[in-house]
Amino acid sequence: MKRTVPLIIAIVAGFVLLIANFIPFAEGWGLTAQEWFNILAVGAMILGGGNLIKLHLMKISGQRKGWGYSIVTIGCFVGTLIFGLFKIGVHPNEIYPSVAWSGYYLESGSGLWWIYQHMIVPLTSMMFAMLAFYVATAAFRAFRAKNTEATLLLVTAGIVLLGRTYAGVWLFDGWLPESMQWLRFDNLTVWIMDIPNTAGTRAITIGIALGVVATSLRILLGVDRSYLGQD
Amino acid sequence: MRIRTSFLPVFALLAFASLAGAQSPEPPTDVVISDTPNDAGQSVEVYWALSETDIFNPLNTNVKETDPEMIVATYSIERKVANTHGADVSDEDSNWRKVSEAGAGESHWTDRSVHMGWSYDYRVCSVDNQGDASTWCDAHASVTPTMQAFNMAKAWLAIFMLVFGLFIAYFINHARTGKKLWVRKIAGLEAIDEAVGRATEMGRPVLFVLGIQDINEIQTLAGLTVLSRVARTAAEYGAQIEVPTCRSLVMAAARETVEAAYLSAGAPDAYQPDRIHYLTDEQFAFVAGVTGYMVREEPAACIYMGGFYAESLILAETGNHIGAIQVAGTAMPSQLPFFVASCDYTLIGEEFFAASAYLSGDPLQIGSLKGQDYGKFLSVLILLIGIFFATTVSLTETDESAGFGAGALNYIKYNMLGSEGLGSFGSGETDIEGDDS
Repeated sequence: MKRTVPLIIAIVAGFVLLIANFIPFAEGWGLTAQEWFNILAVGAMILGGGNLIKLHLMKISGQRKGWGYSIVTIGCFVGTLIFGLFKIGVHPNEIYPSVAWSGYYLESGSGLWWIYQHMIVPLTSMMFAMLAFYVATAAFRAFRAKNTEATLLLVTAGIVLLGRTYAGVWLFDGWLPESMQWLRFDNLTVWIMDIPNTAGTRAITIGIALGVVATSLRILLGVDRSYLGQD
Repeated sequence: MRIRTSFLPVFALLAFASLAGAQSPEPPTDVVISDTPNDAGQSVEVYWALSETDIFNPLNTNVKETDPEMIVATYSIERKVANTHGADVSDEDSNWRKVSEAGAGESHWTDRSVHMGWSYDYRVCSVDNQGDASTWCDAHASVTPTMQAFNMAKAWLAIFMLVFGLFIAYFINHARTGKKLWVRKIAGLEAIDEAVGRATEMGRPVLFVLGIQDINEIQTLAGLTVLSRVARTAAEYGAQIEVPTCRSLVMAAARETVEAAYLSAGAPDAYQPDRIHYLTDEQFAFVAGVTGYMVREEPAACIYMGGFYAESLILAETGNHIGAIQVAGTAMPSQLPFFVASCDYTLIGEEFFAASAYLSGDPLQIGSLKGQDYGKFLSVLILLIGIFFATTVSLTETDESAGFGAGALNYIKYNMLGSEGLGSFGSGETDIEGDDS
């Protein structure tokens, strides 16, 4: 029963979404299924939040390594929750000025807005900025000319890197004959991105699309139940 | 008092002169209304030809000479119910009422506030910046939104899916008869046992990341199927598995999957639900949490299976720096190069979706893989036909819109791969130059 009911729900929801894609009459069914998912996801947020707090409280109570960070995590979690739920710093909506909590929760200048703008945005930007260093280390490893394929990759990447910058234009400025202009790195970059790169990407995309259909059919037909913990 | 009244005729004259001088913009023309095709009868399309004093009108060649007071700012669209076929209608709806406004240069609007089966009249006028409106341009006939039984724009998609589904159903049935189907080895999946074994030997955990998408995404489901296998191997070997998740529902599903895997491996007591935990929905906060764990605990094996975005490289490079054996699988083409550069094994696109069938060894599932291969064969065939016609057209015909080849090419592009539906042969668009569809 524990496995059968979720399986039936998955199959029915899958077929509803499939039919809704082709039959205009059933368009609303797909939207309803999506709304049900959103309701479930909101309910699950409580589950996730509860799990987060439980794990960190256990860490604090057991004074495990790094328990101080757990205090910071729980403090931030509860603080943000209070600022968001009670709309601290949010002015009442102009239409309902007498209703205290009628304003938009992310109103400019509000507490939650401040947390978002001055804490979450800089922190996520910092994490994103680290990508630059990781790209450098990954490129250093990937572009080592160990064999023919790696050498080809190195040369292609070099052309594209230069072609994407002004150096690609500057290197060939003034001396390359008109008939050889296609050899300029900026022109070669356009060709590499438009022809071989697009061809490769499309090949992968077609494979992915077929894989998605096959996996969906396996799930819809109940052949693949491993996501429920069954083989 | 007498002096003031003597000015009244002068004021009246000036007012009349100003009214006479107020120039209204030229009206739009050719208002055409039609039922939106392939919908549930809940919208109507309204088209009009731009006013002559609309500076965005391509036919208005003397933009600089257009009287500034006549330049169109917006188009006002009004509607009234012509016939409700017996249903009650409010007074407001039975008279002309403004339903929308479109900006200058716009010549189309979709009315999504109509009732199926009712008939409507529409009219459009142009309005300048002074608020002066042109005369109305009425649509020639009423329109009645109706529901179509099938979305014909997706007819070819339905045909492809049906054919593809038949291939899969046939090979699943074929596998049922007991015939062995050969599937090539996928190195990335073969390496999973090796990775878990290594983690067991080193006494370190196995990290499994299911991506950052929710449970309603097919990539997350595909990732869960691999997790099932990894968890069972970990349970058999006695290794610990850590699954941080970015979505609460994924955490709940992953717990079920891992618990069932431990149960089927005969080690239910070794299952630790707290090791499958929720971190945050925020993309980079999740990355910070996972990479922090990786640096602190140094898992011996890191497995990434699911939908990833910019975080893919941060995760894979951190895993690389701690010396973990890494296996990744995703259907995000833009993230594949990062995984290829940083991981030991990468499941590229379709390999990732084949993982479930491959790992299960179930003949029925492997049969579906065979069906997938035949679908691929069909796609390649259509590609080759398209390439043949495209080459023929570019080599032989000066006018790319004429001839059998161009017709066939357009049909493939706009009907089979586009949204023109079944249509008629050669009825598609003919602008081949520069098209990237």
